[in-house]
Amino acid sequence: MPQNEVVQDLGLDEYKYHFITEDEPVFRSGRGLNEKVVREISAQKDEPQWMLDFRLKALEIYNSKPMPTWGGDLSNLENVLEDIFFYVRPQDKMEHSWDDVPPNIKETFERLGIPEAEQKVLAGVGAQYESEMVYHSLKKEWDDKGVIFDSIEDGLKNHPELFREYFGTVIPAADNKFSAMNAAVWSGGSFVYIPKGVELDTPLQAYFRVNQEQMGQFERTLIIAEEGSKAHYIEGCTAPVYSTESFHSGVIEIVVKPGAHFRYTTIQNWSNNMYNLVTQRAMVHENATMEWLDGNLGSKLTMKYPSCYLMGEGAHGSVLSIAYSGDGQHQDTGGKVVHAAPNTTSQIVSKSISKGTGRSTYRGLCQVHEGATNAKSNVECDALLINETSRTDTYPYIEIEEKKSNIGHEATVSKVGDEQLFYLMSRGMSEEEAMALIVRGFIEPIAKLLPLEYAVELNRLIELEMEGSVG
Amino acid sequence: MSDAPILSIRNLHAKVADEDIEILHGVDLDLNKGEIHAIMGPNGSGKSTLAKLLAGHPGYEVTDGTVTYKGEDVLELEPDERSQAGIFLAFQYPVEVPGVSIANFLRTALQARLDEGEEIDLFDFQDQLMSAMEVLEMDPAFAERPVNDGFSGGEKKRNEILQMAMLKPTLALMDETDSGLDIDALQVVAEGVNRLSEENPEMTVLIITHYQRLLNYIKPDHVHVMVKGRIVRSGGPEVAEALESEGYEEFRTVGA
Repeated sequence: MPQNEVVQDLGLDEYKYHFITEDEPVFRSGRGLNEKVVREISAQKDEPQWMLDFRLKALEIYNSKPMPTWGGDLSNLENVLEDIFFYVRPQDKMEHSWDDVPPNIKETFERLGIPEAEQKVLAGVGAQYESEMVYHSLKKEWDDKGVIFDSIEDGLKNHPELFREYFGTVIPAADNKFSAMNAAVWSGGSFVYIPKGVELDTPLQAYFRVNQEQMGQFERTLIIAEEGSKAHYIEGCTAPVYSTESFHSGVIEIVVKPGAHFRYTTIQNWSNNMYNLVTQRAMVHENATMEWLDGNLGSKLTMKYPSCYLMGEGAHGSVLSIAYSGDGQHQDTGGKVVHAAPNTTSQIVSKSISKGTGRSTYRGLCQVHEGATNAKSNVECDALLINETSRTDTYPYIEIEEKKSNIGHEATVSKVGDEQLFYLMSRGMSEEEAMALIVRGFIEPIAKLLPLEYAVELNRLIELEMEGSVG
Repeated sequence: MSDAPILSIRNLHAKVADEDIEILHGVDLDLNKGEIHAIMGPNGSGKSTLAKLLAGHPGYEVTDGTVTYKGEDVLELEPDERSQAGIFLAFQYPVEVPGVSIANFLRTALQARLDEGEEIDLFDFQDQLMSAMEVLEMDPAFAERPVNDGFSGGEKKRNEILQMAMLKPTLALMDETDSGLDIDALQVVAEGVNRLSEENPEMTVLIITHYQRLLNYIKPDHVHVMVKGRIVRSGGPEVAEALESEGYEEFRTVGA
């Protein structure tokens, strides 16, 4: 097995999946972002003209927008983007069964536990390797129910009208610089359609990783939950460590129709040289519920604020997030809720942990439009600082145009205190064990909402991260 | 061998870390296996400092003297090592650990005592926990509550006793366990300590208290009076009774 394994001592902040498998991409775009690259991507994907036009228009928008000056430090990003390959495709065709997946790619998956996941009736594992779906299985019952769970490319090919009706409607290319970039070069991601009244007990899961040096990943996911449907989509990401800076910018669009219930869970654990700038938004209609459950670990800088636009009366949105910032990392995360209809309710709960020189920022917006009477929103952000050098900031923006509404905001900052550590250590736990237990307790209110295997994985990651936290 | 004290303190001087305030000015004390000792003293006498220092609290620094536990220098050990060696401190102010259930907390504490690669047997653990709670007349639901989070004073102290029951110490240091308790809660806690003491007659107990009233329920073999960082008088239970009627006034001058 040709393999160039980089093994390092799994000490402080060492990335867990630090390995690289060699493979030969079939096609790779040149470095940097320009019209030629965009045309190549579209041609490679054999797209209809309207999509090429959409991409080219988005590129124009991208070029016209300045780099954001708020949030994290993006000063080095322009240099990074000049060096990135915006498109890499590892294989020509989609794989449908595990046996057909080539061995080196399979090995990457095996290291990430995909086969076990498959065996454990997780079903419907859509794993993204580099920029494309290479492996995708879909439970038969979902087919029978009319559920579509495809790669985004197949969504466009096989369901062109449905796709075009919703694509780019929740997050237009012009929304922000990075949504424009994504719109220009998107590749990979999922297309999900849940028909009216269909309820899924088993979550839909996509598991993907970036594995090509200096390759940007621009996944795009579009989800439509029809009236009265109920489903849960889970996405987990992980990427190997490289010395040069890397970049990820995804766009997730979700439409939650009247009375539907949708939950989107992400646990992201990027390598700590990654810029992770993601736009995710849901349009939530009458009496529908949207829940974002978001865990952000790793990356150099993450800027991510899942949002709910509560468009119909009685809509509910919640954004629950956990952010972990280790040495040199900045998690600039939070949530955004827009109350555009009466009797809408929302909840943002954000928990951040900063260790070493890590920095966590809560940035949230709660907006109540005029006429959204009896809107209720509750925002709670709690920050935990592990060391004296750790940092946290809170930026809660509240814009209320409707007097008959009820908005609450609470923020706490706690430090792991000497007295608390001593208490746990006096019971026989080492300082690291004590620290890990305190952190686990801190995130428990959100972690308990995760499916068991994810909660276990998250706890394990936290334990690894807490190694060497002492001193 | 059996005559060697389990804990031996000689000429112990200690100060607040980061400050030049000496609190203990030469403490001498011997505790033998299975004995129950009480140290009584007014506020600021240094009795709580002694208890915390023995458990390894980072806020205090020993400047002179020795502390020998089971024949070894305990001052070199970290708090977790002391705990694993059998020293337990029941806190005067138990600390909240939000989101961590008592069961999970205790399981982690017991797991920490095992060698690497060894896993605690969850069924054994559950049995142990339930029987300890039964002995202490506690509702099993208590084990699922987050450690000390939103607890009443009495609940916090009972949680300390439950931890003591599960960790089975050789030496239990009880730092003002009676403070902030009403008489009913005091009785329950004292009853708990007595039962643990009966179950494990080899356990040595050092009770730190300001008031005599706890000693109505837990009978000490030896009582020491501490004033201004020194032990100024030692004797049997009668010392506590004398204090009850006379107060600390007499000793203040002695200690000066």
